[in-house]
Amino acid sequence: MDAMLGAQTARPSGKGKKFLNYTQRYWTLYLLLLLPVVYFFIFRYSPMAYILIAFKKYSIVQSVWEMPWAANNGFEHFIKAFSNRDFFYALRNTIMLNMLDLVAGFPMPVILALLLNELAFKRFKRVTQTIVYMPHFLSWIIISGLALQLFAPTSGLVNIALGKFGVEPVPFLNDPAHWVGTYIFLGIWRDMGWGTIIYLAALTGINPELYEAASVDGAGRFRKIWNITLPGLRPTIIVLLIMNLGRVLGSEFDRPYALKNNLVSSVSNVISTFVYTNGIRGQQFSLTTAVGLFQSVVCVIFLLAANALAEKFGERGIW
Amino acid sequence: MIKTKTTKIGDWVIAGFCLLLVFLCLTPLLNVLARSLSSAEALVRNEVILLPVGFNLGAYRLVLGDPKYTWSLAWTAMLTVICTLVSMTMTVLCAYPLTYDQLKGRRFFNTYIILTMYFSAGTIPTYLLLKDIRLLNNPLVLVIPSCLSVFNMIIMRSFFYGIPESLRESAELDGAGPIRTLVSIYLPLSGPSLATLALFYAVGRWNGFADALMFMNKREYFPIQLLLYNILNSVTSVEVSTQEGFSSPGLSETLKAATVMFATVPILVVYPWLQRYFISGVTIGAVKG
Repeated sequence: MDAMLGAQTARPSGKGKKFLNYTQRYWTLYLLLLLPVVYFFIFRYSPMAYILIAFKKYSIVQSVWEMPWAANNGFEHFIKAFSNRDFFYALRNTIMLNMLDLVAGFPMPVILALLLNELAFKRFKRVTQTIVYMPHFLSWIIISGLALQLFAPTSGLVNIALGKFGVEPVPFLNDPAHWVGTYIFLGIWRDMGWGTIIYLAALTGINPELYEAASVDGAGRFRKIWNITLPGLRPTIIVLLIMNLGRVLGSEFDRPYALKNNLVSSVSNVISTFVYTNGIRGQQFSLTTAVGLFQSVVCVIFLLAANALAEKFGERGIW
Repeated sequence: MIKTKTTKIGDWVIAGFCLLLVFLCLTPLLNVLARSLSSAEALVRNEVILLPVGFNLGAYRLVLGDPKYTWSLAWTAMLTVICTLVSMTMTVLCAYPLTYDQLKGRRFFNTYIILTMYFSAGTIPTYLLLKDIRLLNNPLVLVIPSCLSVFNMIIMRSFFYGIPESLRESAELDGAGPIRTLVSIYLPLSGPSLATLALFYAVGRWNGFADALMFMNKREYFPIQLLLYNILNSVTSVEVSTQEGFSSPGLSETLKAATVMFATVPILVVYPWLQRYFISGVTIGAVKG
C-alpha cells in the first residue's frame, strides 16, 4: 500500500523521497509517543493555566480567564501570604528541616558507603546491604506507626530501655524540640542505606591499582580512604549536594504529614502541609496557589544557582 | 601483602559498626511484630521486646474478620497491579521512541518531558484541573495522574540505550518496524530493568496516600495506607472500634501493631526477590539522562 503510494507520487525530489521513506519507516514511533505526550500535556502542562488564579479573585462559577484580577496589581495573595503567620512558620520550618536533613543526613550515606567498602567479610557485606536498603521501601505511614510504638513515653521500647538506666521518659514525638530530632533521625534511618547505592557504584569505578600502589608506599587504611576513595567519590558527592541544595525550599508531603501531631504543629507544619490544610481543606485556592508558585519558582532558581556554582568549581553539573 | 594486626582489628571494628546498623534497621520491625503477636496484658505490663509474650493470633483474626480492612487490602492490591501495568506501558511507550537517533523532533520531545521535572504547577492547580475534568473522587484519580514518572522513564531509556544498536539495525534490514523491534528484541532483553521499574511503581502505589488524601473523599476507595493512618491517629480504642469498625475494643495496641504488619508484610515479601535487580536501576537513573 505504502509502496503504491510512493509510486504514484510523480518523481519525488531527493529530499521528498527521503522524507517519505522516513515517515514510512518511523511514523509508528509518533504513534507510540502519542499517549505519553497527551498525558504530559493534560496532567503536567494544563494545570499551569490554573496558576493564573494566584493573581485573580477566585470564583467558583467563573473560568480562570473570566475571574477579575486581584488587588495590588494582582499581587494581593502574595502579600497576604507573607503577612500570614502560619505561612511564615511553614516557610521557616521547611527551611529548618531541610537544612538539618542536609547537615545531619547528607554525610551518612557517604560514611556508610566507606564502611561497607572497607568491610572485609563479603557475605556479611551482602547481608548488611540487603537489610540497610530495606527501610527505604516502607511508607512514612508505616514508619510513623513504628515510631509511635517504639518511642511511646511509657510503653515504647526506647523509653523502657532508657528507664533501665534511670533516664526519665523522653517525649520523642510530643515535644517540638525532640520531635525535630526524631524527624531527622527517622529520615536518616529510612534513607541512609539506600543512599549508599550510588556511592558504592561510584567506588567500583576507582582503579584498584591505586590501592595497591598506595599499599606498596606504606599507606594505611585511613590514608587510602582520604587520598583515593574520597577523591573518587568527589564528583558524585558534589552532584548530589547540588541537587539537595536545590531542594532546600522543596517540601515532601508524606513525611511531615505522617509524623505530625497536634502537640508539635509549631515545628511540623511545612509549605506542603500548609497548602493542603488551607487549600484543599480550607478552599483558599488563590492564596495557596500563590504559595505553591512562590515555592516552585524559588526551587527552580535555587537549582540553577547551585548548578552554576558547581560548574564554577569545575564539576560537570547536573545537566 | 602482609595483613598487619591493626588492620585485622580495624576489620572487626567496621564489622561491629555494620552489625549495629543491621540491628538498628531490624529492631523496630521485630518489636512491632512481637507486639502484634502478644497478649494485650503483656503489652500493658511493658514486657514485650523482641519476642512475643503470651503468643496469640487474636489481633490478626480481628483484622482479617473486619470487612472494611480486608476490602481495603484487596482494593489496594488490585490498584497496585493496575497502576503498575498502566505505568509500565506508559513508561515503555515514552522511553522507546526517544532512543531513536533518527526520530525527528527528538530534542523537542526530550525538553517537553524533562521540563516537567523541574517546574510543576503545584498541588492546587492540579486539584482544580482534576475537578474540572471530573476525576476528583473518581477511583481513576489514583491511577492516571501519577501513571508516568519522568525519573523512571529516564531509567528505562538508559536501559534501552544499553542494547546494542546493531541488533535494531539487523531487525530493520529484515523488515521489522519499530513496534516489531520493540516487542521481539527490546522487551525480551530488558527483563531485569522492567522488573526494577515495576518494583518502583508498585511500591510507590502500595505506599502512596497523598493523592488519595487530597483527591478522593470516598472511604471505600481509600488505599490501605490512609486507613492505617486513620487507625494510628485515633487516640482511643473506642475510637478505633467505632471509626474503623473493629468490633472489640480493648485491644487497640496489638491491633495497631497488627495493622502495621499487614501493610508492611507484602513489601517485605517482594523485596528480597527483586533486590538484585534494583541496584542497577538506581545507579543508571543517577547518570545524566
